[in-house]
Amino acid sequence: MSGQRETTMLSRVADSLYWMSRYLERAEHTARLIDVDFQLRLDQSPEAGAGRWLRLLEASQVAPPLDGKIDAATLTHILTLDRGNPSSIISCVVAARENLRQVREQCSSEMWEQLNRLYLQVNSTTSSEAWLLHSYIFFRAVQEGAHLFHGVTDSTMSHGEGWHYIQLGRFVERTDALARLIGAHFKRLPQSPDQSVENEEYLEWVGLLKSCAAFEAYCKTYTAELRPLRVAEFLLLNPGFPHSVRFSVDMVHAALRAIGELTERKAEQPLRLAGRLRATLSFSQIDEIMASGPNAYVDSIRWQCAQAHTAIHQVYFDYSVESALVA
Amino acid sequence: MPESVHTLFRPPFRNYQFDGAYDEMFEAPGVPRPHYQALFQTLLELPPEELRKSQQAADLSFLHQGITFTVYGNDEGTERVFPNDLLPRIIPNNEWRKIENGLTQRIAALNLFLEDIYHQGRILADGIVPRELVYSCRHFRREMRGLTVPRGIYVSICGTDLVRLPDGSFAVLEDNLRVPSGVSYMLANRKVLKKVFPTLFRDYGVSPVDHYAQALLATLRALSPPNATGRHEPKVVLLTPGVFNSAYFEHTFLAQQMGIELVEGRDLLVHENVVYMRTTAGLRRVDVIYRRVDDDFIDPLCFRRDSTLGVPGLFNAYRAGNVMLANAIGTGIADDKAVYAYVPAIIRYYLGEDPILANVQTYLLTDRSQRNYVLEHLDELVVKAVGESGGYGMLIGPHSTAEQREEFRQRIMDEPRNYIAQPTLSLSRAPCFLDGEAQARHVDLRPYILYGENVTLVPGGLTRVALRRGSLVVNSSQGGGSKDTWVLRA
Repeated sequence: MSGQRETTMLSRVADSLYWMSRYLERAEHTARLIDVDFQLRLDQSPEAGAGRWLRLLEASQVAPPLDGKIDAATLTHILTLDRGNPSSIISCVVAARENLRQVREQCSSEMWEQLNRLYLQVNSTTSSEAWLLHSYIFFRAVQEGAHLFHGVTDSTMSHGEGWHYIQLGRFVERTDALARLIGAHFKRLPQSPDQSVENEEYLEWVGLLKSCAAFEAYCKTYTAELRPLRVAEFLLLNPGFPHSVRFSVDMVHAALRAIGELTERKAEQPLRLAGRLRATLSFSQIDEIMASGPNAYVDSIRWQCAQAHTAIHQVYFDYSVESALVA
Repeated sequence: MPESVHTLFRPPFRNYQFDGAYDEMFEAPGVPRPHYQALFQTLLELPPEELRKSQQAADLSFLHQGITFTVYGNDEGTERVFPNDLLPRIIPNNEWRKIENGLTQRIAALNLFLEDIYHQGRILADGIVPRELVYSCRHFRREMRGLTVPRGIYVSICGTDLVRLPDGSFAVLEDNLRVPSGVSYMLANRKVLKKVFPTLFRDYGVSPVDHYAQALLATLRALSPPNATGRHEPKVVLLTPGVFNSAYFEHTFLAQQMGIELVEGRDLLVHENVVYMRTTAGLRRVDVIYRRVDDDFIDPLCFRRDSTLGVPGLFNAYRAGNVMLANAIGTGIADDKAVYAYVPAIIRYYLGEDPILANVQTYLLTDRSQRNYVLEHLDELVVKAVGESGGYGMLIGPHSTAEQREEFRQRIMDEPRNYIAQPTLSLSRAPCFLDGEAQARHVDLRPYILYGENVTLVPGGLTRVALRRGSLVVNSSQGGGSKDTWVLRA
């Protein structure tokens, strides 16, 4: 035997770290969506807002009200403080904390304290008119809390298997959320996607970029002239921007490769699926995507991402005893 | 106490009071025992403000580390900080030696007793312990009959509660042979006290306790099943009921300190009588389980069927000798409070020695004359349910209402086997730092005994304190706290 001690990670622990990270990413994403919506609302007519709110609900996988009518306060409540909605910010932060609490001995105490702080802040927030007026402070706090948590994690937790599950959860969630958001925006295909957009339309595309924290990065690449085609290319295929689908998939793939090496299960299904998805994104051309319909494209990405997620579960978290005994 | 006596004292002892109990610090009002002299002097010189600050710092550090326990009968997740008192309880070396010898003798005898009743039952045949007492015990496990455990050790981790009587001698109040807890508080208290009294600590020459986790790991490894040796380094895990258990903090703490896996029932599975844990790299064989799950819940196929905390098939793997459990199943028979009354006889029977540590006088309610005496003196005695622990199911006669006494009278009449009675003991008292001054509070002592290759006691243990004025109950669930215990090296 070599001097290196064999390290093992319980499936339950890996599962908890993965989900903790997914929930936190989801909370951060939702906070950013509503934060952006708040800013846009100030510049827009009420009718324009209503369409976006339905898209917001769709992107957050919440069923829209039956009569199709919704107002800002209700929307904000559903997505933020509604404990009955499993993907509201508060539900996600509670779930993230609960997952980490169950594996506390596996993370650094700094990580626990940071997430606990965020939880205490979110948990003590109650909905009121005064709160609504200043709720942007809350949305900023959630985004910053998540950023801080990942910063603390990167610098206080050893970058071993557990850390890779945190990465994995974060970027699987991000891939899916981005694809969903882009899909909702491209449902209504612009007449001429390679032309610059104006007025109300312009605001909508700014909104999409900002919802992906991408407005400034987009401008650096393409200038402030917004063309739907370029927005799609940037958000789907840019290799260097952390909130692009391609970047997220690259990270998923990297995490799975590292985990595969650590567990000596390189040939397994999840890595193969992530590799295929990665190849799809690496070799896609935006013209082809637009020609064959961006919706079908993001649907296929989401489908493949879901397959990878299922495979991760089956191989690392919840495998059958028979399969493990054979191996 | 007459007013004149109080004036002997300067702060922080101005209001320090005495009653009939043995005082750990003072041999007479104003006269500290020799081994408390240095602490007494320090406290007189230290501004109370200093101590108060240290207490706050200690409380905060407990809160941040999450050294908490859960109170049952409340909403889930009521986590409370376990109160820690800053003033150490000091035990001279010669007194500790006696405790150590007494507890070593006791654990040896109790293990022989367990082996005997689960095999030939000689002690029953010889009429030393009544057969019906053993067989009527809720914690007797017939499934353990004829099963041989490695080294014949049933109890490898034990926490025995000692009290000091008014004459200054230590007596055993109860043995905890199932899943005793509290050792993490002992370690946490020590860490805090080293920060608060560094000089005093060094000058006193206190025996260290920090090696507890190592000693525990060595004990667990010593139990590994015979067919595991040679195969690989034995894999030891700690089985916890999960995050909602009152001692979850302790479970995570010990697992971390020992560097072993903290597992829940759902992490383990049994295949062809071998126990595996599910890891991301596949199944890994497990050899020794330090289980903090009660017998009842450990295997739904064998014991309680509704248990979701256990591992189906674990008991069969255990019977097959493929995995070791610490403690063994069925040890609760030996800490049944009625069997407790027979421990001195058990020691004499197996070891041919007189017990080094005395028992507390105990009335068995199955005996008609003892029962009649108890029923007539309920207002003076303490009545305990035989199978309970943690201060639940108790009647403290002098502090009880007529209504409570009536309720216990009825319960005793219904199920005499289920209760015992003891005199209300005047536990010794030690100074605690409360409300900015030193106040006397009742204390007990729970040393932890490890039995693997040999018997190991980490010097000291957990001194539990009844923080409520006048209270005799030291359990954490009943408003108790704890303090560091200093066993002197010489």
